[in-house]
Amino acid sequence: MPDHPAPLARLARAALIPLLLCVAGCQGAVLDPAGDIALQQRNLIYASVGLMLLIIVPVMILTVVFAWRYRAGNKEATYDPHFDHSTSLELIIWSAPLLIIIALGALTWSSTHLLDPFRPLNRISATKAVDKKQRPLQVQVVSLDWKWLFIYPELGIATVNELALPVDRQVRFDMTSSNMMNTFYAPTLAGMIYTMPGMRSTLHAVLNRPGEYEGMSANYSGAGFSYMRFKLRGLDDAAFARWVGEVKGRGMPLDTANYLKLEKPSEKVPVMHFASVDPSLFQRAYERCVTPGTPCMSEIMARDHAAGGGGKPHPMKAGEGMPSGRQSLPREKPEGGLMKDTDEITPVPHNSKPRQPGVPGTTDPDSPRNRDLSFLSLPATPGHARAARG
Amino acid sequence: MTSHSPTVEEANGTAGADAAPPLFYQTEADHHDHSSGGTMLGFWIYLMSDALIFATLFATYGVLSTSYAGGPAPSQIFDLSLVALNTAMLLISSITCGMAMIAMEQGNVRGTQLWLAITGLFGAAFIGIELYEFAELIHEGATPMRSAFLSGFFTLVGTHGLHVFSGLIWIVVMVIQLGQRGLIIENRRRLMCLSMFWHLLDVVWIGVFTFVYLLGVLR
Amino acid sequence: MFNETVLKTIFGRLSFESFPIHEPILIATFLGVVVIGLGIVGAITKYKLWGYLWTEWFTSVDHKKIGIMYIILGIIMLLRGFADAIMMRAQQAVSFGANEGYLNAHHYDQIFTAHGTIMIFFVAIPLVVGIINYVMPLQIGARDVAFPFLNNFSFWLTVAGAGLVMVSLFVGEFSRGGWLNYVPVANLQNSPDTGPDYYLWALQIAGIGTTLSGINMVVTIIKMRAPGMTMMKLPVFCWTALCSNVLVIAIFPVLTAAFAMLMLDRYVGTNFFTNDLGGNPMMYWNLVWIWGHPEVYVLILPIFGIYSEVTSTFTGKRLFGYSSMVYATVVITILSYLVWLHHFFTMGSGASVNSFFGIATMVISIPTGAKIFNWLFTMYRGQIRFELPMQWVVAFMLTFVVGGMTGVMLAIPPADFVLHNSLFLVAHFHNVIIGGVVFGLFAGIDYWFPKAFGFKLDPFWGRIHFWGWVIGYWVAWTPMYVAGLMGVTRRLRHLDDATLQPLFIIAAIGVAIIAIGIAAFVIQIVVSIINRDKLRVGDDPWNGRTLEWATSSPPPAYNFAFTPVVHDLDAWHDMKERGHQRPTGGYMPIHMPRNTGAGVILSGLAAVLGFAMVWYIWWLAAVSFVAMIGYGIAHTFNYNRDYHISAEEVAETERKNALAGA
Repeated sequence: MPDHPAPLARLARAALIPLLLCVAGCQGAVLDPAGDIALQQRNLIYASVGLMLLIIVPVMILTVVFAWRYRAGNKEATYDPHFDHSTSLELIIWSAPLLIIIALGALTWSSTHLLDPFRPLNRISATKAVDKKQRPLQVQVVSLDWKWLFIYPELGIATVNELALPVDRQVRFDMTSSNMMNTFYAPTLAGMIYTMPGMRSTLHAVLNRPGEYEGMSANYSGAGFSYMRFKLRGLDDAAFARWVGEVKGRGMPLDTANYLKLEKPSEKVPVMHFASVDPSLFQRAYERCVTPGTPCMSEIMARDHAAGGGGKPHPMKAGEGMPSGRQSLPREKPEGGLMKDTDEITPVPHNSKPRQPGVPGTTDPDSPRNRDLSFLSLPATPGHARAARG
Repeated sequence: MTSHSPTVEEANGTAGADAAPPLFYQTEADHHDHSSGGTMLGFWIYLMSDALIFATLFATYGVLSTSYAGGPAPSQIFDLSLVALNTAMLLISSITCGMAMIAMEQGNVRGTQLWLAITGLFGAAFIGIELYEFAELIHEGATPMRSAFLSGFFTLVGTHGLHVFSGLIWIVVMVIQLGQRGLIIENRRRLMCLSMFWHLLDVVWIGVFTFVYLLGVLR
Repeated sequence: MFNETVLKTIFGRLSFESFPIHEPILIATFLGVVVIGLGIVGAITKYKLWGYLWTEWFTSVDHKKIGIMYIILGIIMLLRGFADAIMMRAQQAVSFGANEGYLNAHHYDQIFTAHGTIMIFFVAIPLVVGIINYVMPLQIGARDVAFPFLNNFSFWLTVAGAGLVMVSLFVGEFSRGGWLNYVPVANLQNSPDTGPDYYLWALQIAGIGTTLSGINMVVTIIKMRAPGMTMMKLPVFCWTALCSNVLVIAIFPVLTAAFAMLMLDRYVGTNFFTNDLGGNPMMYWNLVWIWGHPEVYVLILPIFGIYSEVTSTFTGKRLFGYSSMVYATVVITILSYLVWLHHFFTMGSGASVNSFFGIATMVISIPTGAKIFNWLFTMYRGQIRFELPMQWVVAFMLTFVVGGMTGVMLAIPPADFVLHNSLFLVAHFHNVIIGGVVFGLFAGIDYWFPKAFGFKLDPFWGRIHFWGWVIGYWVAWTPMYVAGLMGVTRRLRHLDDATLQPLFIIAAIGVAIIAIGIAAFVIQIVVSIINRDKLRVGDDPWNGRTLEWATSSPPPAYNFAFTPVVHDLDAWHDMKERGHQRPTGGYMPIHMPRNTGAGVILSGLAAVLGFAMVWYIWWLAAVSFVAMIGYGIAHTFNYNRDYHISAEEVAETERKNALAGA
């Protein structure tokens, strides 16, 4: 059947399309990094692709060549039905991928340790070493439903959905989450790290090029996830100082009460600035005790530790026996379905049922397409009006 | 194909061939009961998959076993003497289950039924003691909802208890079926499976006793 | 008040408002389903087929019929899962800037969850299990699987799970937690609705079915091989099926336990995966991925087996490097347990842990690479007939290597830090699942269809089907690779940056091309059935090499009148070479298992139990649970489970088949 192999050759070309497209047109964030970590990660992608193409390209070519040459219609090709084993060939078959993987494995081991997010940087860029005297800029990140809170503890300011960084200065991010699991992802800066409730994760990075970039949550976290994006602004030292001054001059304070309002689910939240911030806020967000009267994880663990060592019997009711003023549960906990009395069962209406009859949308009343985007009734975000363009 | 139809012998090449003809078809009657060995193997694999459920629960319990969340710690709620009694019940029931198997080997239907019933009684005692323990804990407020440690504890021990309970139902059914049909091959096969099941629960319980109760109290 | 309590006692949290009466898309779909459903039911009733279907198919314990039913289930669910894919692509193609698209978040999030869940659990698994079910016993020369009733029961449990997922479309809604129903999104606090409950019950029921089927297949391969078939003479497809089912047995219990704990969290209020009171959401991620990664190999290993069989048959050669193929399969099976953490490198494990899992992942590409080379050198010095199955093989080899390469890229932790959770990742796993699993399933269906029905599938529509999928795949997913490299993440309902829109429009066009492929597949089957007399072929249409071709096509209920004796790998090829003849006399009675409706009834009760639990209808849950246990016990009192096909009947069947196959 001589008419088939021609499409097969076309198929081979089709398989190369992604590579060609990328060589020609990938101007995207990942391949055009603005930070040194992202740059090294990009280079690693190039190196690994190069190494693997050493074996992928010959395989693809051989596939097409063999498919064409040994087609049943080709009477000139040798037909050897007993060619089913060859020790030397099998040695090559196993060792060729093995060699590539040994090379890649070495690359993986060294680069994983070198680019470990927990590890402070050892260079600012390819040409610039880290200034040992300068401490990294601290940024604390809390992912809320569905916006990003950035706290600059040393500067005493905080922002929502805007992350401004001085260029060529090492930054240490400490991250946690209020409720959902999210991923802090700034493709031009340095990859991504999960933010998790009750846990703290760390990332070291540096931004080398001034400019405006995009950041986002990369891990699906519920209804407002698509809008959980932030502006990443790279500023030189003077511009950064100016920006800090502006935030300090015009924002509102981020105290416990404001945080608790902010923490409530909301989407499409505009950039917000806070001129001052409660210094213990991140720690309490991470330890899940922002709400007054709730015990922090460290307090609970200290008690657990004592109990495990044979301390006094624990009270059985949650929160009881904690230091005074810290006796309530961290969060209102819903009751399991089987534990409910018949009266407590609430019928579950379908989500398409309009929540507020007569109101076209809760988030953006102007858009006719926007029908009841979120099933949670979204409260107004505090300080919208004042901080809309801070 | 010609009008000549090959017979089994010809198809196998045994008709008229001189040098070591290959045999292509099995012409002897099929050995029917190879499915019996299959049942034992299949049930064994099922038990292994069940053991993996327990392994997962053990692993989760291990991760959560110190997350008291400010609630009770193991040393405050576990009553080792009660658990020791419970362990004894289950271990004895395993011995009596073994006796039932011996009676089966001897072809003694009444004996098998009797030992099975005794096994069931010990199993029921085990369940009773466990339910008493759970009731006490819940009464004190140490509910599965209180902390992750208690969730893991109740789920691991409760899953084991649920298995013992299904074993009890199985024993009752088995005793009836033995009464109806005696020690026919199907019933022997079922008895073997039942005893494997029962012994596995013993093994799992030893794990529970050691890792949950003993280590919990020691910690 | 009294009235309300009574209503809640009877209907739980189900109310009239639980139906999607405000959702035009769903109402239209529902009406469509009702019309088609009534049409089918009407036709079956008109032609009086209920009795036939019940006695010959639904209650059948014949592995061949169960295999076919699995495949039909897989194809039906493929249409549903693909409809979800079209809706997602359409939403993403238009939802830019001020345009919110046509789906709100709650609908869209359910769609991507349902798409992933259905495609893996109710399309890929049933199709793979179906092909194993049909082919494996024939290839090892067995008359059925080890536990024929269990096989029927497993199938109906899968149907019950699929049914619950389908019901969630019209009664209440499905989970919005992603295809693995991730916490914290799916915990009680964040999703108090019915979605995660539907998910958990559907998958718990179907998962038990899959586990039982795995046990069944493993025992069959170990215990029921034809005399002479040592493990190193086992056809490659059976080897891969064995490894795949060993994996099933080893991983599904973990999933069952993880889902059970999430159920307890939701129904009792325990604290396994909660954010507070000591719960640990990460534990859920670990457990589901300990299942999730080997699951990929559960699907792809048997498919590798299909490619091996097809390549060997259509090149007219024995498979190159049989033993290295077997070792490669076993190595992949073992390694697949050691890699799950690569699904969350970005969770912040230490560098050494990440490197270990990264390198372990890469090591899997060595045996996989060896397999590719083996197929390549099977083609070398062959006489390749480019029939439909072989076309799929070549398309697979060219597509899959790209997916393998991007997979290894993702296995390098620092590279994963920028590529994880992006569309690059999504493109990667669609590359290996479409380019690997789906292409292989179609190769298998095209290859074994004449075995099952005695006639070939129509080659013209088959070719349209082929090109639709191959071209459609590349058009749909190449832009997604690019979008991933531009930092676009997955599961987005809306994008701000309108410059990305062309990529998503191209992807939508790709999906349209795949839709042509799927339509051509359905047409291919219909046309082939209509033209079956023209397409009818003999018992061994492809000049096959393994034992399934040694009996008539379609095979009789008992598969082989005489159990074949195996002397060589590629036993049927060996028999043909050495001039065997199929015996036409000397038949003996054949011992067969009897059909039973127990599987249908038990699974139906399981589905009712699941539905009742989802809606908190406690009385119905209790009734169906007790009925299920009671019926199960009653079933064990039936000892009359087998019968014999008489020698005369065997002789008659063999004579007819010999005439038809000649």
